[in-house]
Amino acid sequence: MRYSYQRRTCAIPRAKMFPKGTKRKFSDSREEPVAGGEDVNQSSLAAVRMLSSYSLQRQSLLDMSLIKLQLCHMLVEPNLCRSVLIANTVRQIQEEMTQDGTWQIMTQALSAANAAAQCSADRLVATEVLCRQTEAAQGEQVPKPFPVVGSEGCPAKEVLEEEAAAAEVGMTMSTVSPQAPTSYLPGTFGMDPCWEEEETGEDDDDEEEEEDSEECGSGSEGEERERDSLVEDTRTAEQVFGTFEIKNPAPSPDPALEELFSDVDASYYDLDTVLTGMQSVPKMGPYDLLESLSSHGPSPLSSSTSCRSDLNELDHIMEIIVGS
Amino acid sequence: MAGVAGGNDFQWCFSQVKGAIDEDVAEADIISTVEFNHSGEFLATGDKGGRVVIFQHEQEVHFCKNRPHLRGEYNVYSTFQSHEPEFDYLKSLEIEEKINKIRWLPQQNSAHFLLSTNDKTIKLWKISERDKRAEGYNLKDEDGRLRDPFRITSLRVPVLMPMDLMVEASPRRVFANAHTYHINSISVNSDHQTYLSADDLRINLWHLEITDRSFNIVDIKPANMEELTEVITAAECQPNQCNVFVYSSSKGTIRLCDMRAAALCDRHTKFFEEPEDPSSRSFFSEIISSISDVKFSHSGRYMMTRDYLSVKVWDLNMENRPVETYQVHEYLRSKLCSLYENDCIFDKFECCWNGSDSAIMTGSYNNFFRMFDRNTRKDITLEASRESSKPRGTLKPRKVSTGGKRKKDEISVDSLDFNKKILHTAWHPKENVIAVAATNNLYIFQDKIN
Repeated sequence: MRYSYQRRTCAIPRAKMFPKGTKRKFSDSREEPVAGGEDVNQSSLAAVRMLSSYSLQRQSLLDMSLIKLQLCHMLVEPNLCRSVLIANTVRQIQEEMTQDGTWQIMTQALSAANAAAQCSADRLVATEVLCRQTEAAQGEQVPKPFPVVGSEGCPAKEVLEEEAAAAEVGMTMSTVSPQAPTSYLPGTFGMDPCWEEEETGEDDDDEEEEEDSEECGSGSEGEERERDSLVEDTRTAEQVFGTFEIKNPAPSPDPALEELFSDVDASYYDLDTVLTGMQSVPKMGPYDLLESLSSHGPSPLSSSTSCRSDLNELDHIMEIIVGS
Repeated sequence: MAGVAGGNDFQWCFSQVKGAIDEDVAEADIISTVEFNHSGEFLATGDKGGRVVIFQHEQEVHFCKNRPHLRGEYNVYSTFQSHEPEFDYLKSLEIEEKINKIRWLPQQNSAHFLLSTNDKTIKLWKISERDKRAEGYNLKDEDGRLRDPFRITSLRVPVLMPMDLMVEASPRRVFANAHTYHINSISVNSDHQTYLSADDLRINLWHLEITDRSFNIVDIKPANMEELTEVITAAECQPNQCNVFVYSSSKGTIRLCDMRAAALCDRHTKFFEEPEDPSSRSFFSEIISSISDVKFSHSGRYMMTRDYLSVKVWDLNMENRPVETYQVHEYLRSKLCSLYENDCIFDKFECCWNGSDSAIMTGSYNNFFRMFDRNTRKDITLEASRESSKPRGTLKPRKVSTGGKRKKDEISVDSLDFNKKILHTAWHPKENVIAVAATNNLYIFQDKIN
């Protein structure tokens, strides 16, 4: 979740919060420069700065919980008890945030950030290319406005589930033959496998898989919205490189590229992308990168020096992502 | 039994330690379960590598100050590979061979039987001894070759000759394919014919002789998995009544069920839950209330539950609150956020009763374990480590300093090693002997007076 990583600061003194030797994952502090903040809606900025340290702490806990849910080690079935407890924690935070109105602020800020990103034509192209199978489902979601957070069982939830399903199918595309009309979704809660059709979101097996896929948080409506943004971030990042490759004559996705990404656990990738995008390359987030690419148009790579410098930057980011 | 803490009470002494001394611990060697049998003669351990090691208590007489003392040592009796790693091809997931639980069956003949389980499969193992061999067969030679019948001129009666003791472990039953989720508990019923196995969402009842069928007696899987908010964390049969069992949940509740009431015990007979203290509510309240272990007392009148920070003793006749609560490591309450971050908050500690139900024991971090005397209300913290273990040396009580000022010999909370966790402990059913599993080492401590 891009927005929260930019904004998050930790009000708790380090010594109090962590035992000796525990490595901190998030090390933003109030003093660090705001990363990639120029393109964020100014009013959202002000809203967040008004949040108390309790809210920031809560936000940090929420982020941590979502990461935990995403980073399931898919070699062995993840611990169901642990996942359920984390999901309940996320739900609890989301409920509290909804009650005090913070949730709406956050979702508005996210929608602003996403709207900016969606302007890039290249992104839409790449979306289609990589998520071809789910076009029908995809087309439904992309222009949809953020639904109001509702109570359990409301239609918004079902839409989000389908989005999640589409996202998940998108992610599993690289591991399954792109021609297959259905794809196999590993059940992370140990459920029997579900052969997923595009439109289904109502099957209980389905929903449980969306809930626990490496992309997604738990099944509560509010933070599905958040999860969706995370998912979009991932695909965006993936498409950055997908887009880059696709600028070459062949319009179809490079199987070698998909092969490259098929081994990478998308959730780690997502975390790296967001964090490195924000911290190590502070001036250029994934959305900025896309925008700079799109400004060059679909011209051949080696034709101009400006392209070459972009190449270098992309190479650098590519290295970070692939972890060379 | 006098008591557990100092003075004229017990004095716990180091007796033995089993396992490698290496700093580098192989993952497969990490002990995942410890269990004494009903007589205490045998002690079984299971590890992450799927192996079971059984120790036997051997008494020896030694003279101390010219008076004979009985001293026992646990020595390896049998080792066998119980479970192998498997691969679920349908889900593309590995099934760990780690032994989650071992439960002994009551002894009925000269052989010993135990149930061992990993995440998916339960196995019944028979451990038998062979120390005699028949010699002098008529129809075959000593090396087993058949003799030519025409060469046999006289008949003899074979005699049993002693041989070196051989302990054989053989799998007698395999109870497989009954659990979709990870098995967390098995419990032998007091009828000695059936046992239950519990996973995250279901509990099954088996007959020891029948492997291809089991009865599902509890099913808390919601129709819509999205609505899943609670899982089963432990289950146990009541030691006296074969129709009663309990199961605990991740929300800190315990349900007691009577199998006479219905075939599917989704509706509990009794519901145990302590009302939450609203002043201590936090985002971690639910996680730390999750019960990691439930154990009936030997008498069957009480049960004990372990959650992250405390141990509670419940009277089966009182559902609304426990009769006793013991704080295991309350100093961790202010560290819950970091314990959540490093996942330690999800550690599942076990607990156990002593033979007379007068004391209880459970583990903590930094290789510390805690004992509580229910009568005197005294408690003690001890450490299972090589440094603190001198042969027959008395264990020194340990203390974690909570305030600002740290006294000598105390250890501060920030210095605790959260990688050294004691999750599994066992207390001999009759004597004051305890087994404590510290990662890959098994410590055995005895009361000096013994």
